[in-house]
Amino acid sequence: MIIHGTRLAIEKRLIPSSSAFIVIPFISIFLALLVGSVFLYFSGHEPAAVYLKMFKGAFGSRYGITETVVKAIPLTILGLGVALAFRMQLWNIGGEGQLYMGAFAATWVALTFPAGSAWWVMPAMILLGMLAGGLWALLTAVPRALWGVNEIITTLMLNYVAIFWVDYLVYGPWKDPAGFNFPLTAVFSEAATLPGLFDSRIHAGLFFGVAAAVILYMVIYHTRWGYEIRVTGENPAAARYAGMNTTRNILLVMMLSGALCGLAGMCEVSGIGHRLQHGLSPGYGYTAIIVAWLSRLNPFAVIPVAILFGGLQVGGFMVQTSGIPSSMVYMLQGLLLFFVLGGELLTGYRLTRLPAAGEAIK
Amino acid sequence: MSVPLLVEMVGITKKFPGVTANDRVDFNVREGEIHVLLGENGSGKSTLMSVLSGLYRPDEGEILINGRKRNLRSPRDAIKTGIGMVHQHFKLIESFSVAENVILGGDGTPLVLNKKDIENNLAQLSERYGLSINISAMVWQLSVGEKQRVEIIKMLYRGSQVLVLDEPTAILTPREAEELFENLRRMAAAGRGIVLITHKLNEVIAIADRVTVLRRGKAVATLDKKEINRRDLAWLMVGQDVVFQSRKKNPPGSEKVLELQNVNCHSDLGLSGLTDINFSVYKGEIFGIAGVAGNGQRELAEVVTGLRPVNGGKLLINGKDVTGLSPRRIMDHGVAHVPEDRLGTGLIPNLNAIDNLIIKDYRRELLRRGPLINRRTARINAQRLTDRFEVSLRSLEAPVKLMSGGNLQRLLLAREITSQPHLLIAVYPVRGLDIKATKAVHDLLLEQREQGMAILLISEDLEEIFKLSDRIGVLCGGRLAGIIPAEAADVEEIGLLMMGSDKAGDTAS
Amino acid sequence: MNTNTDIIIAILATAVTGGTPILYAALGEILAERAGVLNLGVEGMMLVGAVSGFIMALHMSNPWAGLLMAMLAGGAMALIHAFLTITLKANQVVSGLALTLFGTGLAGYIGKSYVGVRLQDSFRAVPIPVLSDIPVIGPVLFSHDPLVYLAYFVVPALWFLVFRTRAGLNLRAVGENPAAADSVGISVFRTRYLYVILGGMLAGIGGAYLSLHYVPVWVENMTAGRGWIAVALVIFATWNPANAIWGAYLFGGLDALGLRLQTLNVTVSPYFLKMLPYIFTVLVLILVTRRNMLHRIGSPKALGIPYDREER
Repeated sequence: MIIHGTRLAIEKRLIPSSSAFIVIPFISIFLALLVGSVFLYFSGHEPAAVYLKMFKGAFGSRYGITETVVKAIPLTILGLGVALAFRMQLWNIGGEGQLYMGAFAATWVALTFPAGSAWWVMPAMILLGMLAGGLWALLTAVPRALWGVNEIITTLMLNYVAIFWVDYLVYGPWKDPAGFNFPLTAVFSEAATLPGLFDSRIHAGLFFGVAAAVILYMVIYHTRWGYEIRVTGENPAAARYAGMNTTRNILLVMMLSGALCGLAGMCEVSGIGHRLQHGLSPGYGYTAIIVAWLSRLNPFAVIPVAILFGGLQVGGFMVQTSGIPSSMVYMLQGLLLFFVLGGELLTGYRLTRLPAAGEAIK
Repeated sequence: MSVPLLVEMVGITKKFPGVTANDRVDFNVREGEIHVLLGENGSGKSTLMSVLSGLYRPDEGEILINGRKRNLRSPRDAIKTGIGMVHQHFKLIESFSVAENVILGGDGTPLVLNKKDIENNLAQLSERYGLSINISAMVWQLSVGEKQRVEIIKMLYRGSQVLVLDEPTAILTPREAEELFENLRRMAAAGRGIVLITHKLNEVIAIADRVTVLRRGKAVATLDKKEINRRDLAWLMVGQDVVFQSRKKNPPGSEKVLELQNVNCHSDLGLSGLTDINFSVYKGEIFGIAGVAGNGQRELAEVVTGLRPVNGGKLLINGKDVTGLSPRRIMDHGVAHVPEDRLGTGLIPNLNAIDNLIIKDYRRELLRRGPLINRRTARINAQRLTDRFEVSLRSLEAPVKLMSGGNLQRLLLAREITSQPHLLIAVYPVRGLDIKATKAVHDLLLEQREQGMAILLISEDLEEIFKLSDRIGVLCGGRLAGIIPAEAADVEEIGLLMMGSDKAGDTAS
Repeated sequence: MNTNTDIIIAILATAVTGGTPILYAALGEILAERAGVLNLGVEGMMLVGAVSGFIMALHMSNPWAGLLMAMLAGGAMALIHAFLTITLKANQVVSGLALTLFGTGLAGYIGKSYVGVRLQDSFRAVPIPVLSDIPVIGPVLFSHDPLVYLAYFVVPALWFLVFRTRAGLNLRAVGENPAAADSVGISVFRTRYLYVILGGMLAGIGGAYLSLHYVPVWVENMTAGRGWIAVALVIFATWNPANAIWGAYLFGGLDALGLRLQTLNVTVSPYFLKMLPYIFTVLVLILVTRRNMLHRIGSPKALGIPYDREER
């Protein structure tokens, strides 16, 4: 995007420059860390040392990097799902619940067919995981499409229902008799386990994440349906006028969004825990919302942002030994989001060049 | 001057990104006069009054109220100094009552609200000035003329000395406009100063004691009543002689492109929107729909484009029954639509020109590659269209919300016309455009008519309707009050029909 | 006395106490939304109110000091959201979510060393003489702690404010049509800031109720989604403070019912009971939204849209 002009002025910008999109996030990260350091300082810690430890923990060792990637995988897939919904102004806060339902469905396959072969068990888990997530999202999409029921609240409420449903299963009928009474199921068979990569905890879900990003990018920017989504999200009235079926699109988008979140759930139980258990997700569904927003809903940007947040989580875990609670990670995430939101306004006011009054551009 | 000046604006300059709306403008208002502010769209008259009413802060210049220099930092300041503005777009709260709207933010409004007392007081106030209104009615229930009266009462309640009205007759019938002018004369006689913003020459002649003409942000001249005549005013406004010419009219042909038979539909409130509409539009003619806004125009446009369901009756395009079909299907039958809100239903502000231009064609063969969109073809297409229709924009990739009104309309027309429709529905097509852009749009429409397109033109501007239409239909209260060939029509008759007075009119289709 | 009646009375009484934190939070959100600002940070504000009130009460050995602190903390949190959405005109949905996230983290962080600590100087039940002896109604309504009684006054007071005073008229105007309010000299900025912060203070009280009386122990995430139920309750109450009260008690009752059923050896998994309030919220929301649609009752028209005066 080029701005032609003859004058310099500090005035309201007409077109935000592309450099702002890169610079603002970095400034926001810096400011968030700065404010975070105030809290750290006042509770008796040395901020620089803490941050350094976090960074080293996340990226400074083989273990750290693999753990960061491990966390980045579900964040990527969830982030893609959430970003898709956000594009149509559908605020899917239910990623967490859709993840749990996907995990539940995948577990059902694994536990019901412990002797099945990988050729069909794995695809079945993927398929049912996505289906479960998609249907869980559909439960909120239908009232939204038909009656305009606020999806923020309905998706959020269903999160709690999904989590309790899984709790019911792992504390009850699905509890592993050999599990010392812990809230978890029996371990999955080989066939139901996603293969590991690089001799680490990183699993094949990595490919799902990357593939999903590529596919989603193609869909949004190069297909007709993606075009419809972009138009509908920007202007439902114009979409209607152009003959786009908004109701159908709401349902499809939410289902796809939920399906992706369900896929993330399947990855977690199949690739990481190898079983269904209480507390299977440390709030990935919520973190994914921030990831999606910070990526400006761009599928390719989701990957690096997810890695950043994965690193944040790992680093935060590492510094727990210094007595810093894991909730600090949430604080930093919240602060980061604050500064990014605040920074968005700045892209509208900058040193800019304006055309002289009356000048016509041909 | 021996007559005291209520308001004096000296050297006012106001700039916005990319444009200077007011350029060192001088303007004053005497006690007891009606001073008209005349200029075409974009001349800066609304901006000037927004500065006076405290909505905008001037970059340069000063304002004197009753001889004292004032710094108006907000609408509140302006109201306190006695400036009362009645906006073109009402600043009323639809879900509140008339009384609640009037007392909102007023200094005299009590801390605890007693409905009865308040309503009684206001009823007395409105009677004193002959402004009839139901004080306890909800604003959404009122007619446009009544809503305007509420705005005026709001200002009187606050003891305004100077009343500024922004294009007040834009949404009134000729009869209501007369009533308004009577009320204004009464208020001026009582010592108030009235500023009337307009772009209509006949209003100046009807009511002005003085007139100031603005053009492109500058005050060009201030004339006294005796100096006023149409020719001079037009010249001052536009900078060149405007010739009032009438164009050759086409008689109705034989090929019916659009036909409505006994069409009825609901309005948004569930009441009757359109009742028993019967008319046809033929190939190569412009059928103008005249009428005060809010009498079914929106419903008519929506019915013909398929955006609103029909409750009885039939809709035919080129002889085929399309009643009940979706907007997309009707579009496929060759119907194009330039809607009321350009940056609403028409164009999508945040998307770029390329994305906006393909909104109708993105399913067609030329632009697709299976489920994909052929972006290269789309771009070439967009370049071609913007060149042909002389749409000036910074870049094809920039969001269209940055374009000017005239260019937006050109873009919209480009998109609609190139789909080579049989029928084009143009709703208020030149609203908010300056003279040059208006001429360009009108020329485009006439050009398409010559090439055989049927055009349904819906407009509030009688001058435009008369200039372009071959036949004129008058919409009043959701019914077609009459259909008249343009040559046989005169303004008074149309005005009466718009008001609902029954003339044994023809119902010829 | 009939033990069944006893049980019902006990449930109703718990409905009142269980609903009170949600009530305060919902009242606060009603005010903010009436001004046109959507604040989804209720959960975060409640938690910060809960933890800061708890710590203050612990150190001052006085729950009232804690309450005051909670109000200030909630208000301060709301101020962040107000600044972002009103001054900087940022997206209200995302800002609210960020506030919840930050608030949850902040509360967990500050409260780390207080987890599991019990507050001795909590609000105690103060039965009102005479009134609390009335059969049924007495124990249900008049045998509670001061904050419940306070709510009995706050609800009608807020209703009066919103619908019968000049300030309330201004508030509603700002939420319906800020341009109209601006044109008659009402400061949209100030009004929105005021009521968003006030909303935060009320949310703080709601959170403090949990840590200072209901469960006077600090536990991380002790609001367990009540903030979100409060947001739903605002729609349920059609933005009218008077309606909020019985909606809040209804949700409180569901919570209470769940707990009681457990003790009655009802053989339903406790997890299904835990699900109840959330499922109920969804169903109610659907019903209410449909009803609102039919009767053309709506949210304040300018809800969620930032106001820019020099918009051209």
